[in-house]
Amino acid sequence: MSEKHEAIWIARDLSKCSGCRKCEIACSLFHENRIWPEASRIRVFMLVPGVEFPHFCVQCEDYPCVDACPTNSLSINKETGAVIVDVNTCIGCGKCIDACPGKVPHMHPKENRILICDLCGGDPQCVKVCQEGLWNVLRIVPRGNNPYRLYARTPEEITRSLAVKIYGEEGEHLL
Amino acid sequence: MIPGYAGKFLEVNLTEKDFREIKLNDDVLRDYVGGRGLAAKILWDRLGRKWETVDPLGPENLLLFLTGPLTGFFPGGRICVSGKSPQSNGVVGSTVAGEFGVELKCAGYDGIIVTGTADEPVYVFIKDADIEIRSANHVWGMDAKQTVSALTKECRELLRTRYPHKGEWKEPSILYIGPAGENKVRTAVVAAKWTHAAGYGGYGAVMGAKKLKAIAVKGTSALPEVADMEKVKELIQAVCDNAYESELWRRWGTGSGGYEVGAKTSSEPVRNWQEEWHDEKSFGVDQFENRVWIKQYWGDFGCPTTCLKIAVVKTGKFKGAITDNPDYELQAYVGTNLGFFTPEENVYLASLVDDLGLCGIQTGNILGFAAELFQRGILTKEDLGGIELRWGDAEAFAALAKKIAYREGIGDILAEGTYRAALKLGKLKQLDLMQYAVQVKGISIGAHGIRSEKDYPEIYSYACSVQGGDHTSTACMPLDDFRSELMMSFNDSGVYCYFNVFGLPRTFVFDFYKAVTGIALTKEDWVSTKAMSILQLQRAMLLLGGPDMRWNPEIHDENPPRFYEPLPSGPFKGKTVDKELVKEEKRRYYELVGWDEKGIPKSDVLQKLGLDDVDKALEKIR
Repeated sequence: MSEKHEAIWIARDLSKCSGCRKCEIACSLFHENRIWPEASRIRVFMLVPGVEFPHFCVQCEDYPCVDACPTNSLSINKETGAVIVDVNTCIGCGKCIDACPGKVPHMHPKENRILICDLCGGDPQCVKVCQEGLWNVLRIVPRGNNPYRLYARTPEEITRSLAVKIYGEEGEHLL
Repeated sequence: MIPGYAGKFLEVNLTEKDFREIKLNDDVLRDYVGGRGLAAKILWDRLGRKWETVDPLGPENLLLFLTGPLTGFFPGGRICVSGKSPQSNGVVGSTVAGEFGVELKCAGYDGIIVTGTADEPVYVFIKDADIEIRSANHVWGMDAKQTVSALTKECRELLRTRYPHKGEWKEPSILYIGPAGENKVRTAVVAAKWTHAAGYGGYGAVMGAKKLKAIAVKGTSALPEVADMEKVKELIQAVCDNAYESELWRRWGTGSGGYEVGAKTSSEPVRNWQEEWHDEKSFGVDQFENRVWIKQYWGDFGCPTTCLKIAVVKTGKFKGAITDNPDYELQAYVGTNLGFFTPEENVYLASLVDDLGLCGIQTGNILGFAAELFQRGILTKEDLGGIELRWGDAEAFAALAKKIAYREGIGDILAEGTYRAALKLGKLKQLDLMQYAVQVKGISIGAHGIRSEKDYPEIYSYACSVQGGDHTSTACMPLDDFRSELMMSFNDSGVYCYFNVFGLPRTFVFDFYKAVTGIALTKEDWVSTKAMSILQLQRAMLLLGGPDMRWNPEIHDENPPRFYEPLPSGPFKGKTVDKELVKEEKRRYYELVGWDEKGIPKSDVLQKLGLDDVDKALEKIR
């Protein structure tokens, strides 16, 4: 993690997600050395079967979560652009969840602290397994000046759109 | 405690609306592993003494949902459902894909044992150690899609209000029944998502009899500690690397079977097995891929293969119908077996049986049986409540499937499954209808025929299997052949998807088992002692049977009569199975698995395995 990295972004093509959840496995193995879906920083939602997709931090241009933190426990890693949680000062208040337009952060299942994708220090494990299996839902691109915040949607919002893309008119009634 | 296990089981008593945590002794877990093996052990210990009197659809039956030590670790998550089967009156280890097993282990349980019967429809909501038996009146009657939508929404709302400030809650994993299960149709499934089903065994009917609509589980802990995490990671990667090489399974799933089995090996059911061949162009997987698959890769927890595909009908009168693939089995059973050779009709019927909560294989089998009776003038339009059940008429078959799910008119008899329906209708019509029933011991034959002898099952595979016609558990020699049910039972006891095993060395799964549990187990030891004990338990309960069915091996360890008719078409036209040869092979198989000439497990074999009580219980049928 000490290597110098260029700021990256994980581009995502959600409709290709197979629902295999290998990203959750890779993430939790990397961060917790356990297979632990609920402690994964990337989580696959399936509010409608067939409409699975990974839900994780988009690194908004304006980082509203960082501003909302009352204990200054969130910071931006200058090299990767990731939001970094200071586990020693985070009080698990959930203000960052409220501030996030996509309600992406979630509480660690056993400890009173928030979980946010840290881009694995610039070498995201979720992308590796997704690419390895040729699903290519996740892809690393250089972080430019793009409207990333648009991708910060709640699971319901994403499901509603994706269900229509996948199932057509039928998709309107499935959620 | 053995690594890889959560360490406890949840027992839910629906009669008392009560639940408790129980522990099983490490020796039991070491010997019976989990899933299918453990199901046989639990059922024998709890119901063995009174097995013949236990009504599979009565309150005494147990319904088991069991993971195995490999669930969640071995890529491709599944859960094993079992109990006394309302189809075979024995024990079937019926597995279904999905995240349920993973969520359950993360909630702290290796399995759920359901006893008793609720007086009103209920569902069980599990969030770690918080368990609640909730009313299911509002979802009773709902089809698959409605049930999943309603319970996903409701359970997420429960999680949100009971455990606030945690962030967005991911949906719990749900197992449930559709209308067919509620109506105790013997071919009803226990379903996951919309299309995944534990079909063989008929445990959807058991859930319905218990008035248990669903179980929803959210577990927030990690999967249990394993013996050697570095090794487990290495083996997971090996499974994935192997699977990534397989264009066959990844690209088409089992979908290429319509061509492989239908055209090449000529062993696909066509019009209730009157034929086993169809033209290579009539049902190729390319048509599914190009016309209806809108998601090429769909899978369950940890799966590198993602062999499922999502299909949506884009045109014609069945536009909008959704299902997965269909996989080869459903391509065959609600396709060629009913005289359909186009993806659209096939997707529509697969989608309908999913929605109704019916087993596609076994319902397709009985629909084909009924259609042949109609073809022969044995069942009339009047008998069928106005349906003209002609081959290839999707709407007619759909109408009859609905009658079965709701037990309306003739559907009430057909809802009993092919074997029982053949008996009942035979009595009504004063005819022997068993010659049209393609099943073994109450379980419909999977879509892999034996007449051409070019497909994987042997000519005695179904006849001698402890799970009857189940094509995922076939009798084979030598006993450590990968197709042998003694080997297959490891997959269903470790509980993971065996599709991720193809291409790996035969001993691989035992290495994986050791990395997870720390227990060294050789293939030889598994086959000759542990799997052998499981097999004997299953055989014993199958032969004890009751109360409405009892199998006599001399009569019922036998192929359906149809398999002795010559194939009428295709590259193996005229080929049939030699009855004498089946008898010989049967004798050889009996010898290898330690059954006497009447097919009953021998005393000394049982005693050597430490199954003295089984030996004693079998005395009455010797």
